[in-house]
Amino acid sequence: MIGNWLDIGPVTQIEPGTARTLPVVGGEEIAVFHTMRNEFFAIVNKCPHKQGPLSQGIVHGDVVTCPLHNWNISLRSGKALGDDEGCVPTIPLKVDAGRIYLLRSAVIGGDDQAEAA
Amino acid sequence: MNAPMNFEEGRPAGHVRERLVVIGNGMAGCRAVEEILARDPGRFDVTIFGAEPRVNYNRIMLSPVLAGEKTFDEIVINTQEWYDDNGITLVSGDKVESIDREHKRVVAASGRIEPYDKLLIATGSDPFIIPVPGKDLDGVVTFRDLDDVDKMLAAAGQGGNAVVIGGGLLGLEAAHGLNLRGMDVTVIHLMPTLMERQLDEAAGWLLKTELERRGQTILTGANTKEIVGKDGKVAAVRLEDGTEIPASIVVMAVGIRPATGLAREAGLDVERGIMVDDHMVTSDPSVLAVGECVQHRGMCYGLVAPLWDMCRALADHVTENPTGYEGSVTSTKLKVSGIDLFSAGDFSGGEGCEDIVMRDASRGVYKRVIVKENKVLGAVLYGDTADGSWYFDLMKKGEDVSDIREALIFGQAFASGGALADPNAAVAALSDDAEICGCNGVSKGQVVSCINGGAHSLDAVRSTCKASASCGSCTGLVESLLALTLGGEVESGPKTMCKCTSFTHGDVRKLIVEKELREIPQIMQELHWTTPDGCASCRPALNYYLLCAWPGEYEDDQKSRFVNERMHANIQKDGTYSVVPRMWGGLTNPKELRAIADVVEKFNAPMVKVTGGQRLDIFGIKKEDLPAVWADLNAAGMVSGHAYGKSLRTVKTCVGSEWCRFGTQDSTGLGVQIERMTWGSWMPHKFKIAVSGCPRNCAEATIKDFGVVCVDSGYELHIAGNGGIKVRATDLLCKVETEQEAMDMCAAFIQFYREDAWYLERTAPWVERVGLQYVKDALAAEGAVEHYAARFRYSQQFMQDDPWAKRAAGEHEKLHQHLAEVRPFPGAKMENA
Ligand SMILES: Cc1cc2nc3c(=O)[nH]c(=O)nc-3n(C[C@H](O)[C@H](O)[C@H](O)COP(=O)(O)OP(=O)(O)OC[C@H]3O[C@@H](n4cnc5c(N)ncnc54)[C@H](O)[C@@H]3O)c2cc1C
Ligand code: HEM
Ligand code: SF4
Ligand code: FES
Repeated sequence: MIGNWLDIGPVTQIEPGTARTLPVVGGEEIAVFHTMRNEFFAIVNKCPHKQGPLSQGIVHGDVVTCPLHNWNISLRSGKALGDDEGCVPTIPLKVDAGRIYLLRSAVIGGDDQAEAA
Repeated sequence: MNAPMNFEEGRPAGHVRERLVVIGNGMAGCRAVEEILARDPGRFDVTIFGAEPRVNYNRIMLSPVLAGEKTFDEIVINTQEWYDDNGITLVSGDKVESIDREHKRVVAASGRIEPYDKLLIATGSDPFIIPVPGKDLDGVVTFRDLDDVDKMLAAAGQGGNAVVIGGGLLGLEAAHGLNLRGMDVTVIHLMPTLMERQLDEAAGWLLKTELERRGQTILTGANTKEIVGKDGKVAAVRLEDGTEIPASIVVMAVGIRPATGLAREAGLDVERGIMVDDHMVTSDPSVLAVGECVQHRGMCYGLVAPLWDMCRALADHVTENPTGYEGSVTSTKLKVSGIDLFSAGDFSGGEGCEDIVMRDASRGVYKRVIVKENKVLGAVLYGDTADGSWYFDLMKKGEDVSDIREALIFGQAFASGGALADPNAAVAALSDDAEICGCNGVSKGQVVSCINGGAHSLDAVRSTCKASASCGSCTGLVESLLALTLGGEVESGPKTMCKCTSFTHGDVRKLIVEKELREIPQIMQELHWTTPDGCASCRPALNYYLLCAWPGEYEDDQKSRFVNERMHANIQKDGTYSVVPRMWGGLTNPKELRAIADVVEKFNAPMVKVTGGQRLDIFGIKKEDLPAVWADLNAAGMVSGHAYGKSLRTVKTCVGSEWCRFGTQDSTGLGVQIERMTWGSWMPHKFKIAVSGCPRNCAEATIKDFGVVCVDSGYELHIAGNGGIKVRATDLLCKVETEQEAMDMCAAFIQFYREDAWYLERTAPWVERVGLQYVKDALAAEGAVEHYAARFRYSQQFMQDDPWAKRAAGEHEKLHQHLAEVRPFPGAKMENA
């Protein structure tokens, strides 16, 4: 069971209102957000518009504004808001006992069985 | 029920009744038993185990007990007689240690074994202890049960300092109690806003100010690093930034975790809480669970209201009349006497959400209702919570509020007042001597006669009779009076700062100084912002205005800055950054050039370019490499070039009299001096300077914000030029004879611009708006140059610390570093970056 979740460290390592990144070798970079309401989200660090680094945007509520052309992306759904269209993949995340966990299969794209063996 | 009765005990014979064993003598466990008794009193033989050595009491009232407002006896829910009268066996002070599902029995710490037919787990939550050094010291307590309160009271008896870690509901109630008991209390909260789950920034700020007024010290955005002990007892709390706060008691109130240990060990399905269905049945049909320890439809609760519904559904189920529990919507109140605060639902905003905000600075009231698709989605109330339950009710029922939308924020009494729901009608109904503007004591009659006298816009009213000119809370009333008096002829006034306020940039700047407003949430409250926390256009503006008004005092709000100003570099379209080191007056030397060349090679920068501002721009630097790049540049003596900010950019110079055959003065030397004086200053917009050594003007000084053109007899000072899309040549401000005068005038002009212009207004549009003469007059007044120049130099003391050096030394390092790197190989391990 534990093997399904990847422990990426304590909640305090991400300052509220900011995001930090987690590059996956051979995969996409993941942006992990800590909102001002103390919620955590993980999405792929690529704006659906022109691949802007969403981790560098201004976070307000559960939305991040892309630093390049100000698209608003919902951290909850990964969807572009307003008139813009597009979607960025989200990665299931949970917080337990002050630590952040990402769903392993969503991070590395592999199946959990291989990992558990 | 026609079971044979055991006449000695007045109830059915034991073996016929089912045996119900409850683990947890707390609020949910006992309530569940009460609910079952109310439906079918003869159904079970009940045994309740409680780890606490006492009867069941109202846990939420521990706060008033701590504060000395209640005694323990007053908060007992079920007395010993209740257990006796209902034939319940209470095993108190004995913790259940294991559940043996195979043999259907539980084993307690005392060794007592109790068989069950049905088991109810109601173990509540455990306080979460942050894993810092010193957490086990004597004097570190949590806030969960009466024993904790006793420990706090014992400490309070000795007086001294208390530190509460956690600025949520529990922490603040603990802090309040300890404060009333005479301790010096400091609250340490990790997040920037107190109770951030329940409050937005505006309400959190009001709460913080009130608690500070009561003598508590509130540290937000503070991270506990260590609890420092002395002789095995707590002595202080040390924060990550090194601050040490003395403490004779430390209360940890950072959150709770469902107490699931027993269930987990017994092999029941557990995620965050014990998994239950709508009837509170766990993965074992004989085992039920209720209260804070459960997880229902993905939710774990930390408040009592959901427990009541859970207990109802549980009792319906075990008495074979299943109804089901569907989850709860919760609301929060803070139990601190004298503070009215209410919060419910979702207020994180988002797609399609609309905020309705009302503020009354004089009464300290802030109300915000969040509406989406004509339904109330959430509410945050501070200072006046009378309508909390009404909003909560509208929210829970999902009622359509489109009919009362206009009056919603004024509360139930107003919204249901029929005709009064039209604000104009309400204003029309006011008598002539009714006060409209409390700040300036202006009556309705005065406002109307002022409108009839020719003031046909909000702004005209403000300047004529002063109504609505101070805090703005009566703006709506004045607008109604304008509409009523003039019909459709209201003139729209000058552009307001943004949609969040009825004030212009100029008004806001003036009021910040007049009313001595020192924080963003304070401005928003005092000037009645119509949004909870502003928007992307007013926040950076207010941040700048405060920086300018209170140099050295105001703490820059990083959240109100755009990415470039947060990262101290320019973001490029591929997400990398460009780095421009400062080269004073465009001068450089081999050491600097070598450092730049080394950086380019070391970090594989794909391009270096000479900019139009006479600097070298290194392109393609990754955010995680920025601190290292800056460290290398710092080592060669270079600081940030601020090519990314609303700040002084560059001072461009020509070679001047030192080399050039036309040169009249040392333009390079003057340029370097000016740059040394002005670098690092934040401005309404970017600001460029140039110094040319003669009127041939090679440095293009006449398209700069401030340009110096040297002549034989001195220095011509030009202002408000601009290149870019709309080219504007400078206006001549004045001519001076000495370098010192040129420097002073430069400082004075910049400061006047900093204090007078609107945020994002370059000098060119500013001078066109206010007029050249206005600027000349301001600076020509007796002593004006000295006055403004001195203010500029004062504020520069605080601005001229190199942001790069601080970053290179580790400040905000988290902004730059990756969390870690994931290598998806079999047996892969996390690598710390
Ligand atoms: C100071 C304070 C103030 C609060 N204020 C509010 C408020 O204003 N509004 C609000 O809605 N909620 C408030 N709460 C939360 C509220 O008290 C809880 O939601 C509620 O008590 C939960 O009930 P419960 O039965 O699930 O847990 P509890 O009431 O904690 O009961 C669990 C009981 O089980 C016992 N137990 C645990 N494990 C075992 C075991 N193995 N064997 C035997 N016994 C065991 C525990 O000792 C405890 O007595 C407050 C809580 C605290 C601490
Ligand atoms: C709307 C206004 C403007 C914007 C948004 C803007 C933006 C920029 C940006 C992003 C850069 C690149 C900086 C870097 O990445 O390091 C730049 C460079 C520069 N800007 Fe502007 N600029 C504006 C107006 C002007 C004006 C009015 C001038 C001239 C008066 C000007 C002169 C320059 C020069 C000379 C450079 C250096 C270019 C080079 O040599 O690479 N800019 N500007
Ligand atoms: S501006 Fe005049 S002094 Fe300066 S380089 Fe040009 S010609 Fe020479
Ligand atoms: S890349 Fe994000 S808005 Fe353009």
